Amino acid sequence: MNTTRGFTGRPRATGPQLPPGQYDAGDDWPVLSAEVTPDLSPADWTFRVGGLVAESRIWDWAGARRLPASAYAGDIHCVTGWSKFGVRFGGVSLDTFLEEAGPLPSATHAVAYAHTGYSANLPLADLTGGRAWIVWEYDGRPLAPEHGGPARLVVPHLYFWKSVKWVAGLELLDRDEPGFWEQNGYHARGNPWEEQRYSGD
Amino acid sequence: MPGRIEVDGRVAGTWQTATLTEIRRETPRVSTFRFAVPGWAGHVPGQHLMLRLTAEDGYVAQRHYSLASAPDDSGHIELTLDHVEDGEVSGWFHTVARPGDRIEVRGPLSGFFAWPGDRPALLLGAGSGVVPLMSMVRHHRARGLTVPLRLLVSARSPGDLIYAGEYGAETTPVFTRSAPAGTPVGRMTAAHLAPLLSRPPADGWEAYVCGSNSFAEHASRLLVAAGQPVDRIRIERFG
Repeated sequence: MNTTRGFTGRPRATGPQLPPGQYDAGDDWPVLSAEVTPDLSPADWTFRVGGLVAESRIWDWAGARRLPASAYAGDIHCVTGWSKFGVRFGGVSLDTFLEEAGPLPSATHAVAYAHTGYSANLPLADLTGGRAWIVWEYDGRPLAPEHGGPARLVVPHLYFWKSVKWVAGLELLDRDEPGFWEQNGYHARGNPWEEQRYSGD
Repeated sequence: MPGRIEVDGRVAGTWQTATLTEIRRETPRVSTFRFAVPGWAGHVPGQHLMLRLTAEDGYVAQRHYSLASAPDDSGHIELTLDHVEDGEVSGWFHTVARPGDRIEVRGPLSGFFAWPGDRPALLLGAGSGVVPLMSMVRHHRARGLTVPLRLLVSARSPGDLIYAGEYGAETTPVFTRSAPAGTPVGRMTAAHLAPLLSRPPADGWEAYVCGSNSFAEHASRLLVAAGQPVDRIRIERFG
């Protein structure tokens, strides 16, 4: 261990909910996106599930809002080091969308992509079983554009760059295909509890 | 939008010891910290690193910081850090750190905000958001590049302008609270961009925006309104 002379860190409660190398952002919710926030109204938003599925499906805003509601309440973790506890997102479980499209047995991975062109790759197993959502509400209010509104993907058990803002769809694949940050040196999976930050981790 | 460079995952994943060699005051709140990192693989302007400090009890604090220095062969890198109020890591740097101290770094990281010096670059920064952009300006100078490069940098006042003594004809400062006599006070406007975007270089600009989220939103919207293609705007935001 290489200790740093004179460094004590701030007073801390290392609760079980803080993954290694993270700090508690408190009330802050930093905005991190590499591109211009798009002008995307609910009327223009669509969400498509395609690729290795029985039938490609596309939902518009009204269609997605008619699906059974689901919520996530818990923590989120950004690769840049902050974690935010006790957030509440409202939307629809990704399972609901996937069930309607019918993933083929050969589908093992997905690329989630945004209306801006941003993308992230995920194993299909990280998107199913109540572990991922399409959300349009934060803390009971419409999701702000800079946080991905009108709708974004939320995969809270992975670093938050996987939770694609302004989500436009999922392409199901039989292989892992790197997304935007993964092509720029970030880890293929991004599990915060194993500190999978960069491609060498 | 594609990244600008390939990132070596093995290099990015290795922690190295960095020895602090020099501290330079830039403004009352901002200092530059120079480190010797003998194994540093070199970087491209705009890239960042992750550093970590370790307490006696094993507690570790990690932060991402942009590299301020241009790539060179000296085995040294520089970071320019704000003294954040109650900042756990920046507080250590500004009140405890002294030459000879050792920390750990890994990087360079991320190929997206990088600028290798190959395309005309229009740089918009505010506050310490100018740090990765200064690495680009310094690179441009050190290599004697002729590709067009312009920097618009926003600061509250002349006393808050980081690297004030280093800017040349490529830079236009914008002051939001107080300015020298004869210089307007106020945030960046379309008028600052109009001369640059009405007569862009032949291949157009690659725009790099860095600063707080509110600055990044404001500046990127100005760029889009002035005709800069959305897919040629790269943004690095910090809270």
